[in-house]
Amino acid sequence: MSGRVLVGVKRVIDYAVKIRVKPDHTGVVTDGVKHSMNPFCEIAVEEAVKLKEKKLIQEVVAVSCGPQQSQETIRTALAMGADRGIHVEVSGKDYDSLGPLQVSKILAALAKKEEAQLVILGKQAIDDDCNQTGQMTAALLDWPQGTFASEVSLEAGKVKVVREIDGGLETIKINTPAVLTADLRLNTPRYATLPNIMKAKKKKIANMKPADLGVDLTSRLEVLRVDEPPQRQAGMKVETVEDLVGKLKEAGKV
Amino acid sequence: MANPLRGEVIKLYKTLLYLGREYPKGPIYFRERLKSAFMKNKDVSDPEKIKQLVAKGDYVIKELEALYFLRKYRAMKKRYYEPEK
Repeated sequence: MSGRVLVGVKRVIDYAVKIRVKPDHTGVVTDGVKHSMNPFCEIAVEEAVKLKEKKLIQEVVAVSCGPQQSQETIRTALAMGADRGIHVEVSGKDYDSLGPLQVSKILAALAKKEEAQLVILGKQAIDDDCNQTGQMTAALLDWPQGTFASEVSLEAGKVKVVREIDGGLETIKINTPAVLTADLRLNTPRYATLPNIMKAKKKKIANMKPADLGVDLTSRLEVLRVDEPPQRQAGMKVETVEDLVGKLKEAGKV
Repeated sequence: MANPLRGEVIKLYKTLLYLGREYPKGPIYFRERLKSAFMKNKDVSDPEKIKQLVAKGDYVIKELEALYFLRKYRAMKKRYYEPEK
């Protein structure tokens, strides 16, 4: 099979950063916080680049939806080996309400426009943990989907995907074009080295607006409140077994 | 000063400095140690010895990349997957 692979990459708050909720409970603090590429998207990029290195596909296109800074994330994907990037600029209010449905509409429109043979995405993002974009994109395109992939192999117009499911693995064979979502064990993403990042600056990033793709970004979801997880209650020390039993009885556990 | 290996050494230093930005103990901690490690060998002039030291630096780069990967992988595994029995 030859052709083009579309890879979705998302800019998220770095996994090592401690997340803080805004005092007014409308969301989390993102200003001045380190951002990086979603780890699952890294795995998706790596898989696409690997397929290209095996000469099974011809071009890897990295796509990201978001504000200006999303270009850095695309740049990282280019440094990992993607050929070119597409930045769909969404900012301000639209970006706040940008959810899986809106992104999958954009990805579906782009997949058609670029005549992609495969769309590879991370299974979920570590910020909203939605785990929906891949599935929705497949549905909007009416393409088969191979989600939670832990092994992917291409064979004559078909894709064999080993999927991670509860308590085991499932192997499916689907026709292309298809949508795949990467699970954690699919591969080990390479590091975007400094020279590669410099080289990636020469690669092209096309800029477009959702309107250019004819995508409407209205969201039907409303975020009511964002809260921190409950704090863990302090424990206590007891001196003797009797004390322990007494306290447990007090708490109504025995 | 015009050592033919000068470029390689500077490249190594820059790469390590770049990698150090993600170091768990912070970039400042890393930079101090990096600098002292390079300064320790500033008087080395034997090309063979310099090559050896650069190879050692390349090894450190590999180790750091592996460290970052494992750190991320473990964090993801801990957050999203059930502990294995």
